[in-house]
Amino acid sequence: MIELDGLTKRFGAKTAVDHLSCQVRPGVVTGFLGPNGAGKSTTMRMILGLDHPTGGTVRIDGRHYRDLEEPLKYIGALLEARGLHGGRSAYHNLLCLAQANRIPESRVTAVLGLVGLSAVAKKKPKSFSMGMGQRLGIAAALLGDPRILMFDEPVNGLDPEGIHWIRNLMKALAADGRTVFVSSHLMSEMALTADHLIVIGQGKLLADTSMADFIQRNSRSYVRLRSPDRERLLDALAAGGLTPADAGGGVLEVDGVSTEEVGELAGRNGITLHELSAQRASLEEAFMRMTADAVEYQAHGDPAAPPPGRPRWGETSGFPAKGV
Amino acid sequence: MPATSAVLRSEWTKIRTVSSTVWTLTAALVVTVAMGAGLSALMNANFSDLPPEQRATFDPTFVSFSGTVLGQLAMVVFGVLVVATEYSTGMIRTSLAAVPRRGRFLFAKVAVAGALALLTGLATSFLTFFLGQALLGEHATSIGAENVLRAVIGGGIYMGLMAVFSMGVATMLRSPMLSLGILVPFFFLVSTILASVPKAKEVATYFPDQAGSKIMRVVPGALDSEAAPYGPWAGLGIMVLWVIAALAGGYLVLRERDA
Repeated sequence: MIELDGLTKRFGAKTAVDHLSCQVRPGVVTGFLGPNGAGKSTTMRMILGLDHPTGGTVRIDGRHYRDLEEPLKYIGALLEARGLHGGRSAYHNLLCLAQANRIPESRVTAVLGLVGLSAVAKKKPKSFSMGMGQRLGIAAALLGDPRILMFDEPVNGLDPEGIHWIRNLMKALAADGRTVFVSSHLMSEMALTADHLIVIGQGKLLADTSMADFIQRNSRSYVRLRSPDRERLLDALAAGGLTPADAGGGVLEVDGVSTEEVGELAGRNGITLHELSAQRASLEEAFMRMTADAVEYQAHGDPAAPPPGRPRWGETSGFPAKGV
Repeated sequence: MPATSAVLRSEWTKIRTVSSTVWTLTAALVVTVAMGAGLSALMNANFSDLPPEQRATFDPTFVSFSGTVLGQLAMVVFGVLVVATEYSTGMIRTSLAAVPRRGRFLFAKVAVAGALALLTGLATSFLTFFLGQALLGEHATSIGAENVLRAVIGGGIYMGLMAVFSMGVATMLRSPMLSLGILVPFFFLVSTILASVPKAKEVATYFPDQAGSKIMRVVPGALDSEAAPYGPWAGLGIMVLWVIAALAGGYLVLRERDA
């Protein structure tokens, strides 16, 4: 369990983390979500005692980090920046960490096997790909078999296979009863892995909720419709007391109804439909709405607009999260 | 917090598993010995050309240590790299996550690297002395002569202290390039030049390298050098004070600043 209590970090006039209070509990994957620059990495560095808080406290299982005996046995972390020596073999990088916390040497071999790096144990990390470097960082986090694991943007730079691997690893660690705290700036990524969400923006706590609750509260469900008989469909919907929204490209969206109701309505009126689908919209959109006021480096224009070239979640593909 | 013995083991593993340790320490030894041997042979060949007063105050021990001027720079590089690569590689965050007590971390690192530098320094110093004396021929001295053993052991300690001083400075500056960019020109040029400029030399004589290197002199005032206002051991003491100051500064920076 990680407990933050009024945690604050100021760099000069800039407040990076602003009175953050929350708990990260065991047995679930807790997503730590926020736009870039929201203070996620700073918070994680303060949890590890690397940055000194301006105010407030962090406790790991009730104790300050610096009072932990052999901290790697309590908490393992993968930080965003690479944290190992590129000129020292993967094996020896892990060995010197293991020795500092009296972790048996056999564990070094074990974690290298666990992350699939046994074959390159003698190689220097500077020759590693981004994905291999990330795996080595994860091996270092797992070294002390800790009950708490913290990953800062773990999927960055990984290939799809690596992303899949790390998602499963995090879920397995949580299922094992461990505390798993993982940061990301992508709602879509969190939706796939996290059971609980802590959202921050400009260092402030914006939400601390279960993933299911967040989805329930923030996702709009609607029915998507396309018909060659658009005018008659509009009339029929209006007659049925429904107010469709024009989503462009001949697509209509109707809130608060089921596909059954709309389908039967169209059938009764003999209207041909080319598309009739249930949609759960856009957690990404909800996340961006929530953090819009708190985004520091914001592009001009509609704050909730997705980046160009990327479709809004739900509008084209539906929402793929579990429980949907 | 981890036991000190565990942290010492960890630092030993760190230091023996990077190639820079081997090449910097080897360079310190080879450069010092080779240059000392070369100058000893040269002195032997040209002894009769020296002015009479220089012949009278000839210091065969110090001549065999001539290579220290260059060899100590390799020790500086060793000391800087041991500490500053923690920062340049990002390893410092992982290291401090494993050993959150900053004092213990710094102590273990300096103890292991300092001991290794001291041993290398002593080996260098005995080697350069005996090889130098062999090449000085009839002008040589012996290890049993008055103050010679003190100079030879002191020369080794000097090399070790040079490395430890650099570790302290690198802990304050946290960057290999910045640390080397300040220390190497300082010891190679600034200190040596200031030590020969009137007025300035009264201050420069208290610089760590100027004060510490007096321990290697058996004949004060040899080769036109001026006698220092302190003895050889006091000179080494001055250098130790510099080293303590550098380490204390390093500790404060390490404790107060975010990693």
